Amino acid sequence: MAYPTDRKYTKEHEWIKVVGQQATVGITDHAQESLGDIVFVELPKIGAELAAGKSFGTVESVKAVSDLFAPMSGAVTEVNGDLTTSPEKVNKDPHGSWMLKMTMKNPADLQDLLSAADYEKFVAEEGGG
Amino acid sequence: MGAKMVDFNGWDMPVEYPASIGCGIINEHMAVRTGVGIFDVSHMGDIRLAGPQALAAVQHISMNDASRLAVGQAQYSALLYPQGTFVDDVIVHRLAEDEYLLVINAGTREKDFNWVRDNTRQFDCAVENLSDDFTQIAIQGPKGVDVLQKLTDADLSAVKFYWVTRGTVCGLRNTLIARTGYTAEDGFEIYIPADEATSARVWNEILSAGKEFGLVPCGLGARNTLRLEGKLPLYGHEISDTINVWEAGLDRFCKMEKREFVGRAALEVAKSEGVIRTLVGLEMVDRGIARDGYKVLDGGGREIGYVTSGSPAPFLKKNIALAYVPPGFTAAGTSVNVEIRGQAVGAQVVPTPFYKRPKK
Repeated sequence: MAYPTDRKYTKEHEWIKVVGQQATVGITDHAQESLGDIVFVELPKIGAELAAGKSFGTVESVKAVSDLFAPMSGAVTEVNGDLTTSPEKVNKDPHGSWMLKMTMKNPADLQDLLSAADYEKFVAEEGGG
Repeated sequence: MGAKMVDFNGWDMPVEYPASIGCGIINEHMAVRTGVGIFDVSHMGDIRLAGPQALAAVQHISMNDASRLAVGQAQYSALLYPQGTFVDDVIVHRLAEDEYLLVINAGTREKDFNWVRDNTRQFDCAVENLSDDFTQIAIQGPKGVDVLQKLTDADLSAVKFYWVTRGTVCGLRNTLIARTGYTAEDGFEIYIPADEATSARVWNEILSAGKEFGLVPCGLGARNTLRLEGKLPLYGHEISDTINVWEAGLDRFCKMEKREFVGRAALEVAKSEGVIRTLVGLEMVDRGIARDGYKVLDGGGREIGYVTSGSPAPFLKKNIALAYVPPGFTAAGTSVNVEIRGQAVGAQVVPTPFYKRPKK
């Protein structure tokens, strides 16, 4: 799958789409593919303060539990409640199934993120894909 | 086949096959419950005991009563330490008058073989480790019989559950065919020569023969969820060298009335003393998935036990777990909590097995 170029990526296999001061966060196609059937998504409450690099939630497949890591610091403004009842949507449409929206506290956090091309390269080098 | 691989007791094993070919743990699991799936289970070990005192040897080292086996019949059993705890669980096949085959677990192969050899020295019986001689393929699910029947001259309708026969399979003469499995479903396990070319050829022939029945290859992930729904124990989880037969609830496979076997004396004592913990089935009531090793808490938040295996159950569509809890918490309907990432999440004791295959 081609990774959309309208957003940035992390080495923790998340995508981040930034519009103004608002960021939308989800997990990548590679992440859903390596997790397998996703059956549970646990997200923070609206208003929660996330710190870049720290765990903010969990995604569980049949087999495994994985932490979700905040790509940047900021406050949660919205969570995708749809994923509570239909977590399998992340498998079906990973780049459309956003997990949360947050305000961006420190624009410099963006500098640490990967472009679509760099992320694709990272995944290939990691031996995944 | 592009499967996700994992190291399992030193074996490079597929966890699941890719979604692109209709697999993934949930699809693989459902295929076995409603159709058919195949598993490469060559990691399982095989020990053959043959000779005039083979039965006496098997009786001495296993807890079930092998004297009840007719030639061609198999039984679930276990090898025990003198303390009444588990060396391993096994399937004992009686292949001939004086010949038995023990099918053992991957992680315990060396330990099991050494243990069997050391504990049968006093019997006139040869003990052979055949683990590397066989590739074992499991064809599991209600349609497994239809798939395998296409590939063999043996009349499978005459083979009852937990019986074995021999026949030509995919051109391989005298192949051992057992109606056994680890999925709580009907199915067969075949034992073919371990060379790679033969194994690959047979695997592919089964895949082709199964196409019309919707057969899919299945990995360790589905094998685990299938056995969990059926409450089949996994060594190192529900049974181990510190857990005894009564705690594990395997009483019906332990025949105290037979004369003598390793572990019997300790089990006699343990029975009179009563158990301090019992394996129970849990179903999550609140939102959350119990996983192996998670703590079980009582209503007041006190730690009372632990989860041995926990997972979403794809066929039952519930989050289930097996756990050890003290007496007083074993009745169906008892409310407990499972600690999940620091939170007490509600669960309830339920009758087991969680899943029982429909009778035909």
